[in-house]
Amino acid sequence: MDLQSKWQIFMQDRGDGVTYVDWVLSAWGWTLSIAACAWVLALLVGFLIGTLRTVPSKPLQWFSNAWVELFRNIPLLVQIFLWYQVLPSMFPALQQVPVFALVVLALGLFTSARVAEQVRAGIQSLPRGQFMAGSAIGLTRPQTYRYVILPMASRIVLPPLTSEAMNIIKNSSVAFAAGIAELALYAQQAGVELSMEVEVYLVVSVLYAVSAFGVNRAMAFIEARVRVPGYVGGSK
Amino acid sequence: MKKPLLVLAAALLAAGAAQADTLKKIKETGKVVMGVRDSSGVLSYTVGGGKYAGFHVNLCETIINNIRRDLKLETLSVEYIPVTSQNRIPLVQNGTVDIECGSTTNNQARQQQVAFALTTFVTEVRMAVNAKSGIDSIAKLNGKTVVTTTGTTSVQHLRKHERAAGLDFKEVFGKDHADSFLILESGRADAFVMDDYILAGNIANSKNPADFKVAGEALSVEPIAIMFRKDDPAFKKAVDDQIRAMMKSGDFEKMYKKWFQSPIPPRNTNPNVPMGAALKAAIANPNDNPMESYAKK
Repeated sequence: MDLQSKWQIFMQDRGDGVTYVDWVLSAWGWTLSIAACAWVLALLVGFLIGTLRTVPSKPLQWFSNAWVELFRNIPLLVQIFLWYQVLPSMFPALQQVPVFALVVLALGLFTSARVAEQVRAGIQSLPRGQFMAGSAIGLTRPQTYRYVILPMASRIVLPPLTSEAMNIIKNSSVAFAAGIAELALYAQQAGVELSMEVEVYLVVSVLYAVSAFGVNRAMAFIEARVRVPGYVGGSK
Repeated sequence: MKKPLLVLAAALLAAGAAQADTLKKIKETGKVVMGVRDSSGVLSYTVGGGKYAGFHVNLCETIINNIRRDLKLETLSVEYIPVTSQNRIPLVQNGTVDIECGSTTNNQARQQQVAFALTTFVTEVRMAVNAKSGIDSIAKLNGKTVVTTTGTTSVQHLRKHERAAGLDFKEVFGKDHADSFLILESGRADAFVMDDYILAGNIANSKNPADFKVAGEALSVEPIAIMFRKDDPAFKKAVDDQIRAMMKSGDFEKMYKKWFQSPIPPRNTNPNVPMGAALKAAIANPNDNPMESYAKK
């Protein structure tokens, strides 16, 4: 079989009027949707928890520490299983929640623990004098975080956050274990149906790589746009 | 470290041999290597502790014992090697496994690589449903969710049927058979579409076997057979003769009843799968026809 006709097999109907090309595009869409939704959740929760880890209040510190340790000490694949099978069997109300939402929660909260650690590191890398300066000009502690600490810390942690954003694209492949028809599932199923495992995995690998690199470029653009000359981090 | 090297060298030599002669190998070594599956439903499964059970395992053990008797050997030890869907054909080809007793579909593509004994089981792709769901035909799947296992071809039959019958249903995938059954059990899917013996095995080993049943018409029919090396007519004849004799004497049907219609280990549940018309036909007229000859006219 020559190369061209081999690739044309992707144009073939899978049995119900959907071609393998349509299917891989839809799978790519699922991968990107899961990653995007989980990333929004991870950023919101991660910044909150990461900030709480640096506040003076002991109960808040305890809570945020517990959060991070809970979500980063259990393998992601196991967490997916917990959200998808274990929790719904314990709390029947969860059975009504769409699987997509459960997967986004699992991936988003797992990543939130990692984002939180980076945010905490960013905040703690700032000199203590920044807090004092905030109080000196009459800002409350929340205002100091809002106007001084977080804007500076966010710029510092952009490079590790870029890695995290790329990771979430690749980690979204665990949604396969919850039966969502994303790229990893496509690779396994279409590979068998077409008897072309090698070609299908090649296509899927390229799509993952393109997606993650796209995120990398987007983050680099944001980094360049928010850069403040002469500022800590992000300067050249 | 010497021993593994020797074994490897021996395996390479065996792979290099032009014409296979399994009977001679059995006589010389006093040993048969049987390929088995960990979770191929009632056909071949593990009961833990390196022990294997199932209809095809039992059938092979009987055949091997009869061959031992015919060869007038005092003893013949059987070594069990668990194989997977991916490695079973290479392991038979290179001589690691002498006789594979799992759940291999006999089709034309595989006949280029290995040989099959007479058909000893015919599987139908059907569905497992909740016994109270009222789903008793594929037509009733309209608007429902269907689960199947990734890496299997059952879903293709269903898709073709979907288009032909104008049905609309949602497809989800379990990562293995156990996972797919859990999806059905937890109510995330209304039907699990798969080979009937796998469905029966999963139901028999579930917490409440009475809650589930195999239902609906067959989406495809596939012959399953014991597999061994190609170009070994003497061994094929020895195995086929035993199967033919068992089919003629009624022992084959007794063995079927023992595994499919009586309580089986480890839980002593009854899979309760009556013999299908296609298997009855294969007993009446023993043959090693490939899947392609079973295609619906």
